[in-house]
Amino acid sequence: MPAFPEAARAAIGDPTLRANLRHATHTIRDKRARAVAELDDWAELRQAGKEIKDRTLRHLDTYLLQLEEAVTAAGGTVHWATDAAEANRIVTELVRATGETEVVKVKSMATQEIGLNEHLEAEGIAAYETDLAELIVQLGEDRPSHILVPAIHRNRAEIRDIFREKMGSWGRPAPEGLSDTPAELAEAARLHLREKFLRAKVGISGANFMVAETGTLVVVESEGNGRMCLTLPETLISVVGVEKVVPGWRDLEVFLQTLPRSSTAERMNPYTSMWTGTRDDDGPSAFHLVLLDNGRTGALADEVGRQALRCIRCSACLNVCPVYERAGGHAYGSVYPGPIGAILTPQLRGTASEVDASLPYASSLCGACYEVCPVAIDIPEVLVHLRERVASEGGKGHRLERAAVKAASWVLDRPAALAAGQHLASATRALHPKRLPGPGARQWSEHRNLPELPAEPFRDWWKKNRT
Amino acid sequence: MRVALFVTCVNDAVFPATGVATVRLLERLGVEVDFPAAQTCCGQPQFNTGYRAETAPLVRRTVRAFEGYEYVVTPSGSCAAMVRHHYASFGAAAAGLAPRVHELTEFLVDVLGVTDVGAYFPHRVTYHPSCHGLRLLGLGDRPRRLLEAVKGLELVELPGAEECCGFGGTFAVKNPDVSAAMGADKIANALSTGAEVLCGADNSCLLHVGGMLSRQGAPLSAVHLADILASTEEEPWQ
Ligand code: SF4
Repeated sequence: MPAFPEAARAAIGDPTLRANLRHATHTIRDKRARAVAELDDWAELRQAGKEIKDRTLRHLDTYLLQLEEAVTAAGGTVHWATDAAEANRIVTELVRATGETEVVKVKSMATQEIGLNEHLEAEGIAAYETDLAELIVQLGEDRPSHILVPAIHRNRAEIRDIFREKMGSWGRPAPEGLSDTPAELAEAARLHLREKFLRAKVGISGANFMVAETGTLVVVESEGNGRMCLTLPETLISVVGVEKVVPGWRDLEVFLQTLPRSSTAERMNPYTSMWTGTRDDDGPSAFHLVLLDNGRTGALADEVGRQALRCIRCSACLNVCPVYERAGGHAYGSVYPGPIGAILTPQLRGTASEVDASLPYASSLCGACYEVCPVAIDIPEVLVHLRERVASEGGKGHRLERAAVKAASWVLDRPAALAAGQHLASATRALHPKRLPGPGARQWSEHRNLPELPAEPFRDWWKKNRT
Repeated sequence: MRVALFVTCVNDAVFPATGVATVRLLERLGVEVDFPAAQTCCGQPQFNTGYRAETAPLVRRTVRAFEGYEYVVTPSGSCAAMVRHHYASFGAAAAGLAPRVHELTEFLVDVLGVTDVGAYFPHRVTYHPSCHGLRLLGLGDRPRRLLEAVKGLELVELPGAEECCGFGGTFAVKNPDVSAAMGADKIANALSTGAEVLCGADNSCLLHVGGMLSRQGAPLSAVHLADILASTEEEPWQ
């Protein structure tokens, strides 16, 4: 995976992709703004969400143990996974134990993060995504490019082509003469998926929240596919990041207001499914909860960075981000794109790779993400904090950069030296090029003219005219 | 009233006219202006790029340069935001400067209590609120109120005004393609207004947008708000 600037270049050069992204992000950001403006206590809800999450994270061990106890008491089984490999192994063994070779899936960021589908496929188990957008991505052998709308980069004509060409090889083919109207596309997906729901014996999900006091898991969704996967199979396996726990039911009151408005601009999400362990004659007879760390406790140890763990994955920050809008989700090289991805991914994966080290710089620090975040994650603050980390590690280019910054600071800390430099620049201004040499600088002046340097800097004017 | 002018490094070296305009404007309003020569750079570019240690001496220098001034005025929302939001993390002395620094429009509207500064600028103008002024300082409608009171000026709405222009300090160098794509959209929006002047209150953003306008040969100039507010019938903007 190349670093962000290179990966972004491809998207910027693709006019269809840019039009798709622009249209989708602008539509949803405007709708969100209207939905949020309807609540006169939005600021209080945002503050409450932030505080609930912060308090929970401070006592994460306590709440997780309470959750484990409650889940177990309700007939479920809790598994702890330190990393992706362990989580994948646990899930594979659980599926194997049922004797099944296919599973239906509720859209889940956690399972994408660990690459569960690919792992299961390698182990001979077929995992079927049932969320419409995930289905499009899966059939298109593509990668998701948005947290909530994984196929945001596709338009209707592209989706119709994918359905026509690929549905048949995964199950029920697309109806003859499928058009690109939303109703026909949805009907094709419904028919294709219904077969899978009715056949599947194992469902795999994530969760938006886990309630410690009762061991209840919560999934909110819009299509009803989640409800099918959570209730029809005999075995349900939920893979959930440890940061998703909240202490009690009353805490949900806050998030069930802020999440739908921030993500889909709905007052309430159409389906809220909650399940607690197992019950005779209702829902799955076996329930497994895989609690995923995968770098989260490392992020928790970072006092500035830990606020990223408050994230409820609403994706509002993606939809307002001017960088995401141009670069698209794939450029971030991770299942978490956009502003939250730029701060979460380098914390979960570290900053050793080129793409991870470039992510904290994938922002102009305009602050639009912080403004919309329903749990008030100060994303610009964390970005700068992570830049400090990357710069101090001195990776590619950063040693040189530090030397340049040091030299500049030396001059800027000496007004006499600064004035001398300014004089030299002014005296030689006729010789200054309109375009700059060198990496970065060259590209900078590819699109912009440099201003003409003034005959004298301000401090000279001041000396002559005011002293 | 006596204030210290915090001209900022970009204005000092590249846009001295904005500094001169700020001085003329403030003096016209009866304010006595000092320019503490010990000032250089607030340290924002270094800080935002991840070089906290290299920023510290510049923070100390800036704090020392403005010691003893109750009002420090700057024609840059971005540099004001650096001091206001990040200086506290460099210690108590630096935290003490934060509340004394005022971005120009804040100073005019909140401290001096004026919106009509007696300016004359007979042009069609559209206004781009830079991100740091907009979100970190919360300048709100102050710049617009000042512009609306300018004689002869026709203010036209900029579509997508609150979207970042793509400058972002070193972002423009580290992500040149994304930055240019953002700038191109900003310019297209500005040109759609039919304005002659794109006004902003941060020369760093104007350097980026203005540089793109100039490269395209577009019939639109990027002008700092201070230059507009300083312009009068007797001494018009060039
Ligand atoms: S960081 Fe905030 S705005 Fe972005 S997805 Fe998470 S909760 Fe939503």
